[in-house]
Amino acid sequence: MRRETILNAVLYLAMPVAAALAFAMDEPFLITLITRAAIFALAAVGLNLALGLGGLVSLGHAAFFGIGGYAMGILAHHAQTYSPMIDSWIVIEGTKSMPVIWLVAIVTSALTALAIGALSLRTSGVYFIMITLAFGQMFYYFAISWPAYGGEDGLSIYVRNSFPGLNTLDPMQFFVLVFVILSAVLWWMGRLARAPFGLALSAARQNAERVETVGLGPFRLRLVAFVISGAVTGLAGALFADLNRFVSPTMFSWQMSGEFIVFIVLGGVGRLFGPVAGAMLFVLLEYLLSPLSEFWLIYVGAILLVVVLFARGGLIGSLAGREVAHD
Amino acid sequence: MTPILLIEQVLNGLQSGIMLFLMAAGLTLIFGVMGLINLAHGSLYMIGAFAAAAVAGWTGSFTLALAAALAAAALAGCIIEMVVIRRLYDRDHLDQVLATFALILIFSEGTRWLFGSFPLYLDVPAALSGPVRLPGGILYPSYRLLIIVIGLLIAIGLFQLIARTRIGIQIRAGESDREMIGALGVDISRLYTIVFALGAALAGLAGALVGAIQSVQVGMGEPVLILAFVVIVIGGIGSIKGALVGALLVGLTDTLGGVLLPLFFGLFMDPSSATTIGSALASMSIYILMALVLLFRPTGLYGRA
Repeated sequence: MRRETILNAVLYLAMPVAAALAFAMDEPFLITLITRAAIFALAAVGLNLALGLGGLVSLGHAAFFGIGGYAMGILAHHAQTYSPMIDSWIVIEGTKSMPVIWLVAIVTSALTALAIGALSLRTSGVYFIMITLAFGQMFYYFAISWPAYGGEDGLSIYVRNSFPGLNTLDPMQFFVLVFVILSAVLWWMGRLARAPFGLALSAARQNAERVETVGLGPFRLRLVAFVISGAVTGLAGALFADLNRFVSPTMFSWQMSGEFIVFIVLGGVGRLFGPVAGAMLFVLLEYLLSPLSEFWLIYVGAILLVVVLFARGGLIGSLAGREVAHD
Repeated sequence: MTPILLIEQVLNGLQSGIMLFLMAAGLTLIFGVMGLINLAHGSLYMIGAFAAAAVAGWTGSFTLALAAALAAAALAGCIIEMVVIRRLYDRDHLDQVLATFALILIFSEGTRWLFGSFPLYLDVPAALSGPVRLPGGILYPSYRLLIIVIGLLIAIGLFQLIARTRIGIQIRAGESDREMIGALGVDISRLYTIVFALGAALAGLAGALVGAIQSVQVGMGEPVLILAFVVIVIGGIGSIKGALVGALLVGLTDTLGGVLLPLFFGLFMDPSSATTIGSALASMSIYILMALVLLFRPTGLYGRA
């Protein structure tokens, strides 16, 4: 077996093993922390399709994360106050059912990604970075200035939403649910990278002109990748809001987008498990460093700087060598 | 709405636009010459504001405070260029984004550690705290008027610097072919440090000037940085003229949108929902402007294709 495959298996099993240990020691806080890492990993796995495979450095993925979060917040808010969401010629009620919320989160963030992607993919390189950042910020300001759903204060949900057959308020059961989703998405992303679509997308990143010459449209490939990527991050946003039972404009903030990129780069760009490794490492750093100093982000900044300047390839790159899994 | 109020708002828009220009000019120069995207430009803005607030607190002199802002931001610019940024010129944009994001974390938390989390206040000098009477009987704060004048003077100076001086020639040559000017004997790494420090000084000055109107606090730089990105996307990367036009457009749209859109919706809606919808739309107006420019000119108004 290749070293990266072994490493991936270790990374993949680390989360459930850690959660099981925390469960055995009766530490629900740790289970919640691991769930947080799994949700961040999911968001970054979504971004990694656009960034790693497609070479699209999006600094605005918090937009989709926030839209997923607000999809959950708004639907659950209407359900818990028993007020219909739309009450005119058709009546749309809120809901507390997770599968419905996920579907709404996926569809709305995919549609938003389609609109943002169609505009920003007209450009490339540094323009693309600035434009995605600006559109992300647009949603942030909109969420702050729109008072109907809490404005700057955000929305609180009293009880976590329900999933058929599970007690989602139990931290372990919610973790298992999140982990199953993360596994399914990872499996799908692994297949996608090897499928004709993934190969063409990767080729468009390496040399767009050649891809065009053989009759494939780089714009369409990138747009589809951007939409799928936004939808996955939107789903992660809905889960994140459910984990905290709270949604606020900070989910839209540009720091959030920056952190998603940090997860990917800490773990290793273009590697299937890179975002998983990065998100776990980040949450671990936060857990270990934040009790030491109020200013723990300085250390994160310093570590990040060292990784970018000297340890290219991230965690997986330094442990498994330079061979790239799916290029 | 009275014409006087409208003119006041136009002046406010000009003032915020011209401050955005100071930020955007540095960013666009740095990108044009070195091909580098610098997220930490907002931190240099913040450093300028904090240096000004600290020096004004010790000495009470606003002029010294401005000088300190320029010096501190230029010095910080020199240091980060020589220690970090220099290693990033040959890297892809992803590495540049990440490394400068790391710099933001370090600068923001470092400033919080030095100065605490509470905002500092930088007072407008007493001689400039009153209003000034403009032709037509408009009373306008003299400090804001001074900011507009300073900004315009710097814009003119910058255009002259780039068009007329030796360093300007080197900057323009560096934009078109960096290997060639290196071969012709220009010390490129010194040129890059100078350009970076110049951009940093402009950002620091903007931070200090705006800091006297708003509060000086950690995180003040990033919203301005993102607005400056919008300016650059609208104006076209690498173009100082584009940065000026884009900055004025964004400043005016942002300020006038906030005032006029609620009034516009008030024409056919009840006042409370008109305010809600108007201000929500106003918060999005500059991004809609950016989207429109992108639809028709993906490389910006003055960008090269």
